[in-house]
Amino acid sequence: MLLREVEYARPESVDEAVRLLSSREDARPLAGGQSLVNVMKTRVAAPEVVVDLSRIDELRRIATGPNGELVIGAMVTYDELIRSDLVRAARPIVPEVALTIADVQVRNRGTVGGNLCSNDPTNHLPPLMATTGGTMTIRSLEAERTVGAGDFFQGVYLTAVTPGEMLTHVTMPARQPGEGDGWASVALGKDGTGIVNVAATVRDGRARIAIGCVSAVPVVIEADADEVAVPKAVADAQLDPPDDVHASADYRRHLAKVLAWRAVQQALEGTA
Amino acid sequence: MPGPVREQTISVTINGEVYEQEVEARKLLVHFIRDVVDLTGTHVGCDTGNCGACTVLLDDKTVKSCMLLAIQADGSTITTVEGLAGDDGELTPLQQAFSKSHALQCGYCTPGMLLSATYLLEQNPHPTEEEIRRGIQGNICRCTGYVNIVEAIKSASEGAA
Repeated sequence: MLLREVEYARPESVDEAVRLLSSREDARPLAGGQSLVNVMKTRVAAPEVVVDLSRIDELRRIATGPNGELVIGAMVTYDELIRSDLVRAARPIVPEVALTIADVQVRNRGTVGGNLCSNDPTNHLPPLMATTGGTMTIRSLEAERTVGAGDFFQGVYLTAVTPGEMLTHVTMPARQPGEGDGWASVALGKDGTGIVNVAATVRDGRARIAIGCVSAVPVVIEADADEVAVPKAVADAQLDPPDDVHASADYRRHLAKVLAWRAVQQALEGTA
Repeated sequence: MPGPVREQTISVTINGEVYEQEVEARKLLVHFIRDVVDLTGTHVGCDTGNCGACTVLLDDKTVKSCMLLAIQADGSTITTVEGLAGDDGELTPLQQAFSKSHALQCGYCTPGMLLSATYLLEQNPHPTEEEIRRGIQGNICRCTGYVNIVEAIKSASEGAA
């Protein structure tokens, strides 16, 4: 398909990238392109300039910080997440979930930053950031700031990253002793688009649950980690999920309760 | 690279041959491969990133070439279906297995299937049936001939043992 005319830049540093992103009103970061290139085909997005972040080495790194926390560059691909020993050791739920994103080719190109910044409500990583206490670090020309999931995810396809800014990396705390993570999903076919996704983190008998696909941003709920309290807390949240050809709103509400408990169960079984 | 450009000369190695061409930034890699380099074995199926008919190996990893701008591939090494067979034209064991197991009907998905299966067997020389099915998840066969495709990949993996 022929895209609308676009200009292209390929900076080699974050400084250069934010300078390019700030220099033109309609400049967009191009990460793996597994969403952006497709929406450019349909002309839903028609940026004047795309800024290809693929050659900026510091965005491609996975490291651990002084407290064992994971520091994951925005351009790390799903495939690199899955293969990373550091990630597996600190937060094994991350590669487990990344392995269920789309298909091999998409996992070879799609990135952590793209998943978070596109903030499609069916994306896998936003609920995980919400339950694990992950933070997102955003750079602009003048400043750097770090925000949690509650502030980062703002609406459908909308995040705290404003024009001229870019996500550079995420920081995810390592699991603490007694802490466990879980994930449960019902999707359109195996590894397909989620109908409802649920992430959960359990510590000291309390569960932090984030439900994806039911609202513009992950719905975060806290509850005692037991079979009665979890579904009740989800019911009490009075979710207002979409009603579409794949699932009715009622069915999504039902799934949210069932999957929340499944995710919590997995978290209870796999505590560090 | 200086400021944003609307077109640029890129250098890409495809099946061992270096191609230097000026491309518009908006040109998709699949169109560069098919229309500029004239290697038409790589197919355009859905053009939405779902079907995998346009799959190629980019720096040894499978990608869907309709979801990449050609300009993004500057400096990379690509293998298309034309690059699988040896210089003497001898088909790879996987290609022979596709022929033997009747793993194609209309053949439209076959180039993408071959690239995905080649990548799978490189990563995992002895995949289980489940691993084969997940390995070709990004490739759709609209003739629904999956049974024979899985069979072919399985027999090629055994042949490689």
